[in-house]
Amino acid sequence: MKEFLELMAETLERDLSDLNPEDEFRAYEEWDSLAYLSVISIIDEEYGLVIPREEFGKLKTLAEVYDYVQQHQGEEE
Amino acid sequence: MAYFSHRGVGIRALAAAVPQQVFTNLTDNPHFAREDAEAIVEKTGVYERRVAPEGMCASDLCFAAAQQLIEETGIDRSEIDLLIFISQTPDYRMPATSIILQHRLGLPRSCAAFDVNLGCSGFVVGLNLAFSMAGQQAIRKVLLLNGETRTRAYSQKDRKTGFLFGDAGSACLVEKLPGTADSHFLIDSDGEKNDYIKIKSGGYRYPSSCESVQEKVYEDGSVRTDEQGYMDGNGVFEFVITEVPRQIKNLYKRTEISKEEIDFFVFHQANKFMNEHLIKKMKLDPERVPFCLDRYGNTSSVSIPLTIVSELHASLTGMDKRMLISGFGVGLSLGSAIVDMNQVQICKLLEI
Repeated sequence: MKEFLELMAETLERDLSDLNPEDEFRAYEEWDSLAYLSVISIIDEEYGLVIPREEFGKLKTLAEVYDYVQQHQGEEE
Repeated sequence: MAYFSHRGVGIRALAAAVPQQVFTNLTDNPHFAREDAEAIVEKTGVYERRVAPEGMCASDLCFAAAQQLIEETGIDRSEIDLLIFISQTPDYRMPATSIILQHRLGLPRSCAAFDVNLGCSGFVVGLNLAFSMAGQQAIRKVLLLNGETRTRAYSQKDRKTGFLFGDAGSACLVEKLPGTADSHFLIDSDGEKNDYIKIKSGGYRYPSSCESVQEKVYEDGSVRTDEQGYMDGNGVFEFVITEVPRQIKNLYKRTEISKEEIDFFVFHQANKFMNEHLIKKMKLDPERVPFCLDRYGNTSSVSIPLTIVSELHASLTGMDKRMLISGFGVGLSLGSAIVDMNQVQICKLLEI
């Protein structure tokens, strides 16, 4: 989880200290459509997983994104 | 996954033309402040695009490229038995622009000609068609033309598309080349996502009307009419970074050709962010992935031949190189191919 949060902090250009697993990240002022692309892209790069948009839409907090990645990693053939 | 392979046919020559008129994204769009333009350009990587002046059509760019190709190769026009014109910005709704080009280019009436309506996948799909037809015993030469004036299809006031597209045309001569390596194509379609990139009005489903030409303001502040193109950039991104690597992986598997055996990877020039992601994801050597997006923008189906002409002129002329090409976008449609370039003649990029 720590590594994941570091990755998100870097991707969103936000201080790690301002990032908590329970944060609803869409409320961050850094969040916009480009941030969305960056997050989808970095998760694909680091975990080999493209989160489908409709699935991503259901994920509210960073912890939920992290759990999703853990559950679905390696599914892409 | 439709798989095609071809034996004994190849690309003999390639030419491309762009308009002389340069549009500089950071300074020339009056609808956006410079810092907005900078933020967009940083992601898309498109600094300049070529814009066709009023009255210049996609077919005019193709015509210029085809004339150059015919003159420089010295081929006999009467040997061109088929002309294919691929565009989504044709001269008219009817007749097909290819038929008009047959006459303009002085090709014989015995020449078969038809148009194909495809965008970013159009060079790969068109090349597959051209290779198939060129394999016919009685077909001597096939001229594949890809042309777009996409700058006219989108609104300058749309932040997603107003900075992205450029105009260009290409000409590709295909014929039997005995001894050339087999070429391999994979082509997929995903019509479920037909809304991802679309011009809604002007066809017969939603005919042009007084309402279709009215500008509307959208959530992100973009302004466009239903006669102008719309793009769901996030949806396209998700599709491309999932499906393009998958298709290319299948192509390696099917052909038993590994990426180390490929000299150049020429991708459709979509936008920098997406293309760089593809390179990273597929672990390609960036040195072998040419780009021309920064100077010509996204030219839809012309972007692959334009990249070859503008970036690989010196590396391919008179050489034997293996190339992987991949085009993806509107449809959604995608195609990837491994094609050997043997002694191909590449003309210098034409500016008209």
